[in-house]
Amino acid sequence: MSGILRFADWTSPVPPVEREVAAVLPEGAGRDRPPLLFVPGLGHGPWAFAEHWLGHAAARGFPAYAVGLRERGDLRAYAHDVVQVAASLPRQTVLIGHGAGALIVARALGRYPARAAVLAAPVLHGWAALGAALRANPAGTLPAMFGGTLRLNRAQLFSAALPDERADAYLSRMTRTAGRAPRQVATHRTVPRPVGNPPVLVVGSPDDRVVPRSSLDRTAAGYGSAPLLFPGMGHDLMLDADWVEPIDAILDWLDKELAV
Amino acid sequence: MQDTPDIADRHDAVCVVGAGGSGLAAIKNLREHGFAVDCYERDTSVGGAWNWRHDRSPVYAGTHLISSRPLTEFPDFPMPDSWPDYPHHSQLLSYLERYASHFGLGEHIWFGTEVVAVTPVGDGRWDVTTRSTGGGVERTQRYAAVVIANGHNWSPRRPDIPGEFRGQLLHAGAYKDPAQLRGRKVLVVGGGNTGCDIAVEAAQQAGTVWHSTRRGYWYAPKYVLGRPADQVNDLLLKWRLPLRVRQWLYHWTVRLTVGDVTRYGLPAPDHRPYESHPVINSQLVYYLGHGRITPVPDVTRFDGASVELADGRRIEPEMVITATGYRPSFDFLAPELLDIDADGRPDLHLHAFARKHPTLAVVGLVQGDAGVFPLVHWQTVAVARWLRLRDTDPVRAAAVQQKESTRPLRAWSRRVVVPTPRHWFEVDHVDYLRTLEDLLAQLEPAGAAR
Repeated sequence: MSGILRFADWTSPVPPVEREVAAVLPEGAGRDRPPLLFVPGLGHGPWAFAEHWLGHAAARGFPAYAVGLRERGDLRAYAHDVVQVAASLPRQTVLIGHGAGALIVARALGRYPARAAVLAAPVLHGWAALGAALRANPAGTLPAMFGGTLRLNRAQLFSAALPDERADAYLSRMTRTAGRAPRQVATHRTVPRPVGNPPVLVVGSPDDRVVPRSSLDRTAAGYGSAPLLFPGMGHDLMLDADWVEPIDAILDWLDKELAV
Repeated sequence: MQDTPDIADRHDAVCVVGAGGSGLAAIKNLREHGFAVDCYERDTSVGGAWNWRHDRSPVYAGTHLISSRPLTEFPDFPMPDSWPDYPHHSQLLSYLERYASHFGLGEHIWFGTEVVAVTPVGDGRWDVTTRSTGGGVERTQRYAAVVIANGHNWSPRRPDIPGEFRGQLLHAGAYKDPAQLRGRKVLVVGGGNTGCDIAVEAAQQAGTVWHSTRRGYWYAPKYVLGRPADQVNDLLLKWRLPLRVRQWLYHWTVRLTVGDVTRYGLPAPDHRPYESHPVINSQLVYYLGHGRITPVPDVTRFDGASVELADGRRIEPEMVITATGYRPSFDFLAPELLDIDADGRPDLHLHAFARKHPTLAVVGLVQGDAGVFPLVHWQTVAVARWLRLRDTDPVRAAAVQQKESTRPLRAWSRRVVVPTPRHWFEVDHVDYLRTLEDLLAQLEPAGAAR
């Protein structure tokens, strides 16, 4: 798939929508760091990054943005929205996707030459993730395969270290995803080769109950590297008790890659 | 040629001539493939033809795109999807400015610097002589490759009309503002997109408007079935309908929407649909139907205050605007480097690669049935990939060069066009992109496939 002949985009462009974008910018201009664009997965919104990661990245000098997924959309529309927001930022952007958001980023990378990309707890192997989700949460997962809503539970997303009231507060903010997207996440086949050859980092947890360890390894191998692992953490790396460790590792990696 | 101490050697760097849309794409894609780039731009800002501040820019106040946004934007940097289907030229300029700043291209561009000579030094390398646009000392630097992106819509092609005209005579390139037309008697010469646009603006502003065309055209509307016409057309291409079927559908679409243009006094088209550059104008026929535009045949001569037409009629306009197009111009290099023929037309593989000089390319010198930026994007990716392959795998590069460089135009373009001076670089965008796709696959670095 070369992506040169784009009849879908030429004959039925994705309809425009008002996109929700959260932003935290570093204090004072000056340091020449590229903008970061965080992309949430199913059920999550920009709030999941606004909770800790945006502020932390901004404190370390990165202009940090998060985009919300449109209400009724499919993977094509989601990737379109990510590219639209990335292209609207002043400089070549770093794309950081979490969960199914990493799949959206992987698809957006075929359309936009990102400065770099990070796939956090990436759901790139839909069948593996579906199997894990069915084991951990059959009642919340199964209906989504038939157009019903996807409901995620505590054990899938967070480690035991996260206090219950925090976990409940986060779960109550989750939106239920209906429509085509959940099934597309499970059944999609390949992701495009990134344009512009950006460096790509894969991070995850061996104790993630959505993305199996083997899937992390395969995803990272596809981009020619090995995953960076944070044992003990749940799927939601940006909300779990130890949220600071993955984001610091991501920003350290970026500092190193961007210096080259 | 001997090495002279005053020639600065830029080693593996590539020289790009021009910082319009094509030049910017060249810089970005060459940088993405790891090349150092020096781009020379005679004006003081980016945008080329789309920058109305440039004295060579052909845009006029009312210029809008004639291809719709999805078929016009760079494939890896979309225009905002909140923009209209057919953006205004000022939006195009801001788009190109954002492209340049987003990818940090400005630091590779030398503004106010004109290329005066490009000469081969053997071994595939080039000496590029530049000088400040205001004059001053010339400077020569040596490059590994040269990519020419100097545009083809700035050197006016003026019609050869005998006699002297006493009124105001100007080429469309000098037409900027409908205020120039207000209340006057205006003759617009030329049935291309620009000629039709100006005739429509004249119909809204001028006192009397004549529109002279030499041949009959297919005047396609901008919208068909409630959608931009090019998007509907691409649906036919997606389904791979044969040309004859598409011509038949086109014929009937125009017949049912625009109607029979001979009713307004226009000549019937003398060619089939898709055999000339499409003329896309929904308003021309509207103003013909309101009597605001009078169609007239070819102009045969000027005679003082009057203009003589091919049917023997004489009219007396105060102003004549010739929308007779532009010609490509490469006055900084020897014509044989690009195999330029007596009519000034280069013979380049895929309208881009010099056949005898593997490190010389021209980008953006194509006229498509869609926007040019998608074509230019993949052209420049192909140029960058080609130059990279020459570095990393000279054996395979030589094989590709041998196979590709001698392929004639007919080998990839089945386009049949009317034999006029301005249709030689007409391409069908889908055919053209398929051909580039094939070339890009051949240039793929070994082991890149995943």
